[in-house]
Amino acid sequence: MMNLSRSVALISLFLLPLLSFSFSVDNPTDQRVLVLLDDLSLKSSHSIFFGSLKSRGFDLDFKLADDSKLALQRYGQFLYDGLIIFAPSTERFGGSLDSKSIADFVDSGRDLILSADTSASDLIRGIALECGVDFDEDSSAMVIDHSSFPLSDGDHTLIAADDLVKSDVILGKSKIEAPVLFRGVAHSLNPTNNLVLKVLSASPSAYSANPSSKLSSPPQLTGSAISLVSVMQARNNARVVISGSLQLFSDRLFRSAVQKAGSPNKYEKSGNEQFATELSKWVFHERGHLKAGSLVHHRVGETDEPAIYRIKDDLEFSVEILEWSGRSWEPYVADDVQVQFYMMSPYVLKTLSTDKKGMFHTSFKVPDVYGVFQFKVEYEKLGYTTLSLSKQIPVRPYRHNEYERFIPTAYPYYGACFTTMAGFFVFSFVYLYHK
Amino acid sequence: MGAKKASPDLLNSSFSFKSLKLKTKQQELLLRVSILGLVYVLAFIARLFSVLRYESMIHEFDPYFNYRTTLFLTEKGFYEFWNWFDSESWYPLGRIIGGTLYPGLMVTAALIYWTLRFLRFFVHIREVCVLTAPFFASNTTIVAYFFGKEIWDTGAGLVAAALIAICPGYISRSVAGSYDNEAVAIFALLLTFYLFVKAVKTGSLSWALGSAFGYFYMVSAWGGYVFIINLVPLYVLVLLITGRYSMRLYVAYNCMYILGMLLAMQIRFVGFQHVQSGEHMGAMGVFLLMQVFYFLDWVKYQLNDTKLFQTFLRITVTSAILVGGIALGVGTASGYISPWTGRFYSLLDPTYAKDHIPIIASVSEHQPTAWSSFMFDYHILLFLFPAGLYFCFKRLSDATIFIVMYGLTSLYFAGVMVRLILVATPAVCLISAIAVSATVKNLTSLLRTKQKVPQTGSTKGVGSSKSSSKVTLDQSQPFQKNGAIALLVGVFYLLSRYAIHCTWVTSEAYSSPSIVLAARGAHGNRIIFDDYREAYYWLRQNTPTDAKVMSWWDYGYQITAMGNRTVIVDNNTWNNTHIATVGRAMSSYEDEAYDIMRSLDVNYVLVVFGGVTGYSSDDINKFLWMVRIGGGVYPVIKEPDYLVNGEFRVDKGASPKMLNCLMYKLCYYRFGELVTEYGKPTGYDRARGVEIGNKDIKLEHLEEAYTTSNWIVRIYRVKPPTNRL
Repeated sequence: MMNLSRSVALISLFLLPLLSFSFSVDNPTDQRVLVLLDDLSLKSSHSIFFGSLKSRGFDLDFKLADDSKLALQRYGQFLYDGLIIFAPSTERFGGSLDSKSIADFVDSGRDLILSADTSASDLIRGIALECGVDFDEDSSAMVIDHSSFPLSDGDHTLIAADDLVKSDVILGKSKIEAPVLFRGVAHSLNPTNNLVLKVLSASPSAYSANPSSKLSSPPQLTGSAISLVSVMQARNNARVVISGSLQLFSDRLFRSAVQKAGSPNKYEKSGNEQFATELSKWVFHERGHLKAGSLVHHRVGETDEPAIYRIKDDLEFSVEILEWSGRSWEPYVADDVQVQFYMMSPYVLKTLSTDKKGMFHTSFKVPDVYGVFQFKVEYEKLGYTTLSLSKQIPVRPYRHNEYERFIPTAYPYYGACFTTMAGFFVFSFVYLYHK
Repeated sequence: MGAKKASPDLLNSSFSFKSLKLKTKQQELLLRVSILGLVYVLAFIARLFSVLRYESMIHEFDPYFNYRTTLFLTEKGFYEFWNWFDSESWYPLGRIIGGTLYPGLMVTAALIYWTLRFLRFFVHIREVCVLTAPFFASNTTIVAYFFGKEIWDTGAGLVAAALIAICPGYISRSVAGSYDNEAVAIFALLLTFYLFVKAVKTGSLSWALGSAFGYFYMVSAWGGYVFIINLVPLYVLVLLITGRYSMRLYVAYNCMYILGMLLAMQIRFVGFQHVQSGEHMGAMGVFLLMQVFYFLDWVKYQLNDTKLFQTFLRITVTSAILVGGIALGVGTASGYISPWTGRFYSLLDPTYAKDHIPIIASVSEHQPTAWSSFMFDYHILLFLFPAGLYFCFKRLSDATIFIVMYGLTSLYFAGVMVRLILVATPAVCLISAIAVSATVKNLTSLLRTKQKVPQTGSTKGVGSSKSSSKVTLDQSQPFQKNGAIALLVGVFYLLSRYAIHCTWVTSEAYSSPSIVLAARGAHGNRIIFDDYREAYYWLRQNTPTDAKVMSWWDYGYQITAMGNRTVIVDNNTWNNTHIATVGRAMSSYEDEAYDIMRSLDVNYVLVVFGGVTGYSSDDINKFLWMVRIGGGVYPVIKEPDYLVNGEFRVDKGASPKMLNCLMYKLCYYRFGELVTEYGKPTGYDRARGVEIGNKDIKLEHLEEAYTTSNWIVRIYRVKPPTNRL
């Protein structure tokens, strides 16, 4: 026994660095990222973006998209925690990679940055479609905007977008002042998919068309329906960024000064670097990642969790919610976490109060209804991971001996009962022995 | 067999009486006891076919619930049982078991079990449950003997015991393994009636008290007690009208009603129904009427003046009726007295359920009885019954009036609902026994008068008037001895046919456990389909313990008892809306059904499918009831959508909604690839004899989890919502 435990300890000692290196619940931030490129020159033309990732501790593995040794998993284990696809024109990936294995990668809870560009391949479009994003079908179309363009641009295909999603969680606390430069293809969101949302939208005057040919018919995608950069958070909290422009991440646009047409403000640097960096922090779970402990509940005055409640019991409920700061778990502070006491519909809906140390709690009375209830915490807040916790608990009616023994209103009946008994006794006695 | 035994033994007794005159009484007693003992054993062993053929197991659907609750009772004790809140059935509503069942059966089995353990017989509770029904059937024969003795004579009692021991109408519900309420209820029913008749006959308080306790046992065992609480007052009313009112009746009824009512209120499921429900108001009305009657009798005795009494009578009767009517009207209007339930209505009017309550009409045992099943269940009793009625009318007494009324009313109910044949069986057996016994006795006495003209012995106080009439016949018919012999032979032939028929029916029709199906193979060999248990054990072993299984309600009890998993609906059909929700899910398209299943937290869906084996009581054949019950609550489900020209089909001509609803998809998923019968195309449904209409079924939100070896039970897993959409 001793030997065994010692050997287990030894093995785990060896495995420990390996384990801690990989993606885990304790450390949700991605570690190993595979970068797929069309062309290795992108490595230098987008070096600022990659450099910022490296400086934040990511282990980037650059590969050509048609590398014949490509594989996301080996022996059933995923080799990477994140995937960046900067290969818009690739028609087929090398190795065992295809759009299904990338979908599986996302479905296993891992993250993806996908960038298309003009003339994006069907493969890239297909992956985007899996995530609820439709790129413009016309492969030569680009987003054109005749009012929101940087003054330096001639044909208005480089646009200066500043319609950003208002979320500190996705885009960071410091506001992105300068417009984000974008040159690429438009996409729209699948209206039935409510997991995907626009991060960077086009202005109302934008439209998607082929800039080199005359417009023969009205463009399919116009105005703010056009999304330039979108994110999707899947149900298992895998995060996906889809951009219509690869140039958005390039050193050239990161460094270029911008003055939007019709605006007096001139910026030395475009908003691209801040935008891309903050977005990559979000997508690789450096920010906005919540974790909840188990739902704890017990009767008031007790500490153990009962197997069943009785109707009208008073109970206390608590749950611990922590937020990942990028390095450690910090208490999550919010005033909008709610718990439902649910059986087909919520019978009780209470907002939880927090002690600022990560514990959220409340107390309430079990409703006067028996059945199989659930404690439900459904927390969906823009940018944060979705918390969906539930715990089943039956609620029983009173036992036969838990009712009140004597009810004041029934005293007339008790009286009637006993007087009848006494009367009957007296009557029998008189009837039998009185002559 | 029993009948054959009983009657020749009777004959023997009269033969042996000649040779050994001195010990007649003892001999007769010995014979009677040994015959009864044989009948007792016979009633037990005739019900053991299923145990010998299959194994010692619980049958059907409801018995599984009874078994589960009995198990709980023996493990956790009475108070836990009484307060049991079961969270495994009717998810998420749950069910208060203690307050929604008749505990008589479980308590009886538990008592037997505890007694056996006390006597150091360490049996499993399942064996006790399996054998409870035969044991009580045996006890019923004893009660039938005493009842027959009470209304006619010991001979009739013996014949009644023998007839009821093997009557298929009773065996159908009391074979080993059929651990249902009726198993003990028929015993309790007959016991109550017997004790009540005895009480009316003797006017003794103790017999009336006994009958009140018998009634209490009946109430604790079965909802059919409503029959007693309506038949007894009806009987009393008939006696009052026919001028047979007596102090004996007054004592018997009042004691039985008041004590029986107070005792019955102790059963939680019944509670205050005796004073609050319309079905029990008749008994109370007769009780009050009886007091008025008694009061009038007393006034008449005091007044001695006819004219004055007439006026008084008029005033009292009018005011009594008025007060009673107003009380009933106010009670009903204020909702204190609940109106009659649907089941009760459907008993009085057989077409009621069909129009108003599809959930009652959908149960096969609630269908009106076919003539053939009367013949099947009663055989010669059907012809002996009118003959017995004739004898009863010829010798009218309080007791015979009772048995006649019991026979006629229960026979009417037996015609309304198949399952109520069971209630009529004791009456039919008793009345037929009178016919057999009286006929045989008359014929044998004819034989004897020929040999010994003086005719002294063998009397039981009854024969005097009859034998004198026979004596007159004697002179008119010279061949009467031969005629009597021929008739006797005829009677014994009929009785032996009855015995053969009963044995055959028991063996072939009523001993199948229906959880294990048997069929005849191509070479006449017996093939066993054990798919149900295979599926339930799969659920037990392979699904999470808190998994919720959705199926049609028929299988609910079995899934909770054998699969140990939570079900959405089960055979205790107390909540129509919940069942309708399941019916709606089954008859909707897959994506609509998926939303319903998500809202009920369903993890698995179980369907029963007979297309491969030709098993006809599967979910496709039950499907129209799901549509009707679902449509009764949710009008979006319309029956005509599933029919083509009023016809229910599953082949190419079926309606598009039918071909794409969830039930169809789940039953026929991958069935299109299968060849079920040589020389037929793939996807040939053997239960309905057609090639199915939709062979290319794709499931989006569900996936096949398990299909049993003969495809009878198919289980599907409900997938979680897609990750990225």
